[in-house]
Amino acid sequence: MSLAFAPVAIPLVAGLLCAVVPGRRLRWGFSVAGMGASVAASAGLVAWVHRHGVAVVHFGGWPAPYGIVFAADLLGALMAAIGSWVALCTLLAFLADPHPRLDPFFHAGWHLMLAGMNGAFLTGDLFNLYVFFEVLLVASYFLLTLGSTRREAREAFGYVAVNLVASTLFLVAVALLYAAVGSVNLADLSRRLGEAPRELVRPAVFLLAVAFGVKAAVFPLYLWLPQAYALPRGPVAAYFGGMLTKVGVYALYRLFTTVQPTRGPEPWLVAVAVLTMVFGVLGALAQEDVRRILSLHIVSQVGYMVFGLALGTSEAWAGGLFYVLHHIGVKTALLLVSAAVESAYGSGTLRALAGLGHAHPWLGVCFAVPALSLAGIPPFSGFWAKVFLVRAGLEVGEAGPVAASLLVSLLTLLSMAKIFTGAFWGTAPERAEIPRLHYAAAAGVALLTVTWGLGGSVLFDLTAAAARSLADPGSYADAVLGGR
Amino acid sequence: MNLLLALLVGLLFGAGTWLLLCQRMLRQVVGLALLSHGANLFVLLSGGLGARHAPLVGNPSPQSDPLPQALILTAIVIGFGVMAFLLALGYRMHALEEDQG
Repeated sequence: MSLAFAPVAIPLVAGLLCAVVPGRRLRWGFSVAGMGASVAASAGLVAWVHRHGVAVVHFGGWPAPYGIVFAADLLGALMAAIGSWVALCTLLAFLADPHPRLDPFFHAGWHLMLAGMNGAFLTGDLFNLYVFFEVLLVASYFLLTLGSTRREAREAFGYVAVNLVASTLFLVAVALLYAAVGSVNLADLSRRLGEAPRELVRPAVFLLAVAFGVKAAVFPLYLWLPQAYALPRGPVAAYFGGMLTKVGVYALYRLFTTVQPTRGPEPWLVAVAVLTMVFGVLGALAQEDVRRILSLHIVSQVGYMVFGLALGTSEAWAGGLFYVLHHIGVKTALLLVSAAVESAYGSGTLRALAGLGHAHPWLGVCFAVPALSLAGIPPFSGFWAKVFLVRAGLEVGEAGPVAASLLVSLLTLLSMAKIFTGAFWGTAPERAEIPRLHYAAAAGVALLTVTWGLGGSVLFDLTAAAARSLADPGSYADAVLGGR
Repeated sequence: MNLLLALLVGLLFGAGTWLLLCQRMLRQVVGLALLSHGANLFVLLSGGLGARHAPLVGNPSPQSDPLPQALILTAIVIGFGVMAFLLALGYRMHALEEDQG
């Protein structure tokens, strides 16, 4: 089923085209058209996978454990679809940005990042996952350092170094697994990991968890994140904040469901999740800059997603995946609003921004909706995400962590209220113009949380189906390797 | 041979970590390079070592495992690219410093 490769192939080709075509307008045309095609392809893939099950491509016709495979299950397809949609909306925010001097290779970098991300979501091979992580990261290094000053370049160096160390650990883990099992195919690993020598498998799984934990920014590996996301131009930070850590979360889900399945609550993972929630939100409360507050909330929210994974039941995974998808939309929308404000007013600190609500009432709406959703207020999607997680947590008797998660969402509300009262209330400042397209970009992403809030059952059916297929790694393996 | 290479991997990781913890940027870059070389050697070890025949049809067994070498080749290329980026970033920091006087 070659549709499984389309969400990677389209941005790759579009990115290359954008790198070679001359002229700003033509590049924009190719870029937006390519993004639109990626969105269409990945949405089509979701529909196909939902109806027919795992879509598998065997490259070069080599049979599965020997050749390279792409295997799109519902989890991967959903992630690719939302990633493409958010990438398209964020691209519009760049179009709106009044500072027009975009690097000519910006579009190529943007598409390459999407290609790497979709590849990571759809590949069925652990080493390929490593390669696509690197593609994604190299593109992110490039986007992070676009037009940077010296101080920013130094901060970016730290980001690159942290990710490089994590990638090295990833590679070592791949080698350990290969030595233990003799395969790097995810389906093959899930079938044969049980028979492999435990003294090789356990450190390998631990190293993978650390490597993915760095990318996902879980406690205690999140310290790179607030620095790195404070750096780049607003829309870049919006996309990174929405998507980059979720690639790590996706990899953690893949690791602890398909490759090394957990059954029932995993105490150490629950502890990591709760600590991530608590430290993230406490860090955010201490900040005064809008973007830094939002960045630290990413950490806190990643805790919820890992919590869903840690509970180890199909219902909890469904809730966790719902949380991932909900959070991508919400967080990107919030960061896009903050990007619009920063580019118009030249500052993101709360003190400098009082009274924005008078000057830009619609911007206030674009911020308030995702902010309320982030804190879990009905009728937005964040409410459902938390309901599903809390229910799943109580079902397996984890009352303590559930109580902690509810307390954290109260603190999240406090922190959102701080931004709202600080930046949107008060006497109006001198009004600066914010382009319409900025609104369109933020609204296009914020729309997700409204639709998933009012029609939550549609998305929940999808994530529940995805979680059911995760809970049954045998069917994934059968689809990739053929029944044996 | 296995033991020797294992010690070498340990040495590379140790030296790389030590350099990474230094203050100077160039040392950190070299440290990262050593780390990734250590990982590459580790991948080579995962296939097992020893005098074996090339993995071709008709060759007698034992044959060597070609996959780790393919993996390393990819990892080396990626490491090379990232290293080039890091050095360019370092150069830019240097150049910006001179600009700002």
